[in-house]
Amino acid sequence: MKQQRPVDLPRWVYLPALVGAAFVLLPLVAVVAKVDWPSFLDLVTSEDSRAAFWLSLRTSLASTAACIVLGVPMAMVLARWDFRYLGVLRSLVLLPLVLPPVVGGLALLYTFGRRGLLGQSLDAMGIQIAFSTIAVVMAQTFVALPFLVVSLEGSLRTAGDRYEVAAASLGASPTTVFRRITLPLVLPGLVSGAVLAFARALGEFGATITFAGSLQGRTRTLPLEIYLQRETDPDAAVALALVLLVFAVLVIGFARQGRGAV
Amino acid sequence: MSSRPRRALLATAVLSVCLTAGCGGDDGSGASGDEGTTLTVYAAASLTQTFEAIGAEFEKQHDGVTVEFSFGGSSDLVSQIQEGAPADVFASADTANMDKLTGEDLQAADPQYFATNTLEIAVPPGNPGAVRSFADLAKAGLNVVVCAPEVPCGAAAVKVEEATGVDIAPVSEEQSVTDVLAKVTSGEADAGLVYVTDVIAAGDDVEGIAFAESAEAVNTYPIAALKDASDRDSPDSSDSSGLAQAFVDLVMSAEGQQILADAGFAPAG
Repeated sequence: MKQQRPVDLPRWVYLPALVGAAFVLLPLVAVVAKVDWPSFLDLVTSEDSRAAFWLSLRTSLASTAACIVLGVPMAMVLARWDFRYLGVLRSLVLLPLVLPPVVGGLALLYTFGRRGLLGQSLDAMGIQIAFSTIAVVMAQTFVALPFLVVSLEGSLRTAGDRYEVAAASLGASPTTVFRRITLPLVLPGLVSGAVLAFARALGEFGATITFAGSLQGRTRTLPLEIYLQRETDPDAAVALALVLLVFAVLVIGFARQGRGAV
Repeated sequence: MSSRPRRALLATAVLSVCLTAGCGGDDGSGASGDEGTTLTVYAAASLTQTFEAIGAEFEKQHDGVTVEFSFGGSSDLVSQIQEGAPADVFASADTANMDKLTGEDLQAADPQYFATNTLEIAVPPGNPGAVRSFADLAKAGLNVVVCAPEVPCGAAAVKVEEATGVDIAPVSEEQSVTDVLAKVTSGEADAGLVYVTDVIAAGDDVEGIAFAESAEAVNTYPIAALKDASDRDSPDSSDSSGLAQAFVDLVMSAEGQQILADAGFAPAG
């Protein structure tokens, strides 16, 4: 829908905006141009590729679910709670955003690995996390969680607590307020946060390869498969990269659509 | 806004681009004699320590020459060189990756074989998995990590498996030998297949278990002086490629071979 803005944009923004768009889009065009189309279908439907794709899809969905379960309460505490060290707490929670993913993987290893903080007791109970699909989901959740928390906390603060206060004053219980007022109000923010988290999980590489390893069908997700294929078969790597790109575009487009309808 | 500050801004921008990208300088490959000449060496990651030592020796022998290294997976380096990276010398961890360059016009001299490397089992200190032989790696319940068959160390592991009939079911097939080593040093894996040189370089962090079957898969390291893109354009190209050959010669010399032997490499053929 096109609408006339009451205030024009300053004219100088167009050039950098254009340069920025080209900077993002040109490399994507370059990937598409590199694709070996005649053998594209064979490359992306090979057993390795399919195994990696389904694993990526399953683990990214699982880690998005984990992000929602853990991230929504975290965002609520950060947005509604008022205490002195909130700023510090927020910075700590957001740390995985700036942490190189490989360091995140190491941190997980030092925590849940066999000799890690918790891993030793887990190992004694016969539970081994490293090299399992669970480890992939944990790595993805670790790096994706801040995206959901930041996005949702912003929505919660923008929405404010007027309606929550009104509902509570009329006798609604905190859970009812959450269910009937807060959640519907911030649903668009939650959806876009979840999409961001899903996209981040889908592209996760560093923490996964450090913490979970790489085995077909178990821990080798699409980004790991792309990285490995590049060694011997760059055409396959490019083809898979395109699949990942298209998939990401679809997910983001779908979510935008959904958000617009809310 | 007047145009003066804008021009100043532009000048600053250009200047900062120059500072970072080096305007007008032709990366010093040769044109101005030995003074400030840089020799760029692309070498397999497993050569990091040895080649840095050889590079220091080379700088000592050639006044005003700086040796710059780019270490990485051999296939990564090959694709960078194919995309025009300014490499003067390339040392690969296997012949397959060097062969990719022989087809191109980038190769100046025929590759020379300067070292070999064989596989060894690396286990965490104390050997918690009680691994004694290559056949032990097939034991149930043992967390074994290997390289993926797509990378040279994994190809070597497959060769040994095929020759011995031992079928390893790894918990992970890693991207590189350093990734395998990291899984062993952290104690996540009970055993990993790496190169002899990696076990030596890791020091006390791992224990090495040599096995006779490793002779089934010997990795040969080739090295070659390259004609890089900028050299081919400039008429005065003899300088840098001469230096590149001199570096190759140093690697092949008794001195270079000693440095490699100290790190655990075996001489080539």
